[in-house]
Amino acid sequence: MPEVEFQGKKFNVDEDGFIDDYTNWSEEWVQFVKQEEGISELNDEHKKVIDVLREYYEKNGIAPMVRVLSKVTGFKLKHIYELFPSGPGKGACKMAGLPKPTGCV
Amino acid sequence: MAKHETPLLSQLETGPWPSFVSDIKREAESRAKNEKGIDYQIPVDACEDLLGVLELSYKHGRTHWKHGGIVGVFGYGGGVIGRYCDQPEQFPGVAHFHTMRVSQPAGKFYTTEYLKGLCDLWEFRGSGITNMHGSTGDIIFIGTTTPQLEEVFYELTHTFNQDLGGSGSNLRTPSDCVGQARCEFACYDTQAICHELTNYYQDELHRPAFPYKFKFKFDGCPNCCVASIARSDLSFIGTWRDEIRIDAEAVKAYVGGELKPNGGAHAGRDWGAFDIQKEVVDLCPTKCMRYADGKLEINNKECTRCMHCINVMPRALRIGNDRGVTILAGAKAPILDGAQMGTLIVPFMKAEAPYDDIKEKVIEPIWDWWMEEGKNRERLGELMKRQGLQRMIEVLGVDPDPRMVQEPRSNPYIFWKEDEVEGGWKRDINEFRKYHKR
Repeated sequence: MPEVEFQGKKFNVDEDGFIDDYTNWSEEWVQFVKQEEGISELNDEHKKVIDVLREYYEKNGIAPMVRVLSKVTGFKLKHIYELFPSGPGKGACKMAGLPKPTGCV
Repeated sequence: MAKHETPLLSQLETGPWPSFVSDIKREAESRAKNEKGIDYQIPVDACEDLLGVLELSYKHGRTHWKHGGIVGVFGYGGGVIGRYCDQPEQFPGVAHFHTMRVSQPAGKFYTTEYLKGLCDLWEFRGSGITNMHGSTGDIIFIGTTTPQLEEVFYELTHTFNQDLGGSGSNLRTPSDCVGQARCEFACYDTQAICHELTNYYQDELHRPAFPYKFKFKFDGCPNCCVASIARSDLSFIGTWRDEIRIDAEAVKAYVGGELKPNGGAHAGRDWGAFDIQKEVVDLCPTKCMRYADGKLEINNKECTRCMHCINVMPRALRIGNDRGVTILAGAKAPILDGAQMGTLIVPFMKAEAPYDDIKEKVIEPIWDWWMEEGKNRERLGELMKRQGLQRMIEVLGVDPDPRMVQEPRSNPYIFWKEDEVEGGWKRDINEFRKYHKR
């Protein structure tokens, strides 16, 4: 598993750049993923999406469905793509340190 | 000299059917020679390593691709299927081997100019291997690396005016039969509606917002050449509601042997002279045909438009003039709760551009319902099972119709709505006890 170093922190990631373990997530990870995911400046709305994803994952052990994420954050899917150009799965979940989405993608 | 020994695969170069092994070897050779002087953007030996890893899988009887893969292009949540080899040291050419789905034209008609353009792009930025086409309909580019994805996407959109197809929990790439382009059975313009709805629902196609995948397919008639009834969540099948048009002269020509039955489809074997009674009238599922005194008659009120007689005598029998679509919902493969084919939900609807009725009275109400009620990874067909066909009928805002069932239910577990029952559900046991002692 490749290791990346950013701002003095080391992270183990898979080929798609997802973190190996949810618990290894940190503020530096967010800053690291930001550049990969085409996001220039992080604002409160980005943070809100990440917080919601992490809270939901901690409570339920899975990532929320897209419409649950929309409902809880109040952001329409279109706006989530404005915040995270790769979308809620590849963009936001990666940044929040959640496991890689699986299934017939 | 090939990079890897492939004794098992090489056996598949014998025999009359076009060999995918020979084809991939030819592409591998062409890349090695590089007569056009292409500056290949992924490993030159990708094709050879693909054969190598496939040979290894033949030997082991197991796949050598890792689980999953999440890659894509900015702005979209799907369209690319990420894939990584689990033996990257041995087969570096396919360490990354992502698949790109490219939206195909309805009916899959092409010009060589267009295809050559795509091939040039894919040789330059991909493996040179394709799947023409994926089961859902897309043009499939097989094998490239992550850094090439945005590059290919840029070229597709800017040079070829061409978009990606769908993947993930969204509307997948719609597809259709050849339709009125070259079939006299087509009851509506399958290509026009396929194209229109694909364009109209681009957002739903590129940005997964659904509980699970959702597919449209458009068949011009019940012959179902794109198999919509089995392979799409919403299946549009052309039909008519007036009379089958009979050309009496042509019927005579079939009976007389001048015209071959089924367009000559069974010419490979001697089935004897054409017998209209045996091959058409007696095979009609509703027995609504009669052939007497050299005249063919059809009781159209009893006809279920199965297509058999028209298929057998295409020069003599034609679809009616009052045409439209039947819409069926819920087809899916076995996972999770068993395979399903489409269930009839709209017996007949006109299919004329811009298809507002189909969009507003069928597709969108169903999506609203399924997006709200569907569980994570629950196909429409499973939601229909869980909440009932009755719920689907309510969603569509239509009255239940005998044509929506094959037979009435045989069990008596019948739910009633409270307002349908006099007195409702609120009852006082003491009131009951006044008349019935314990």
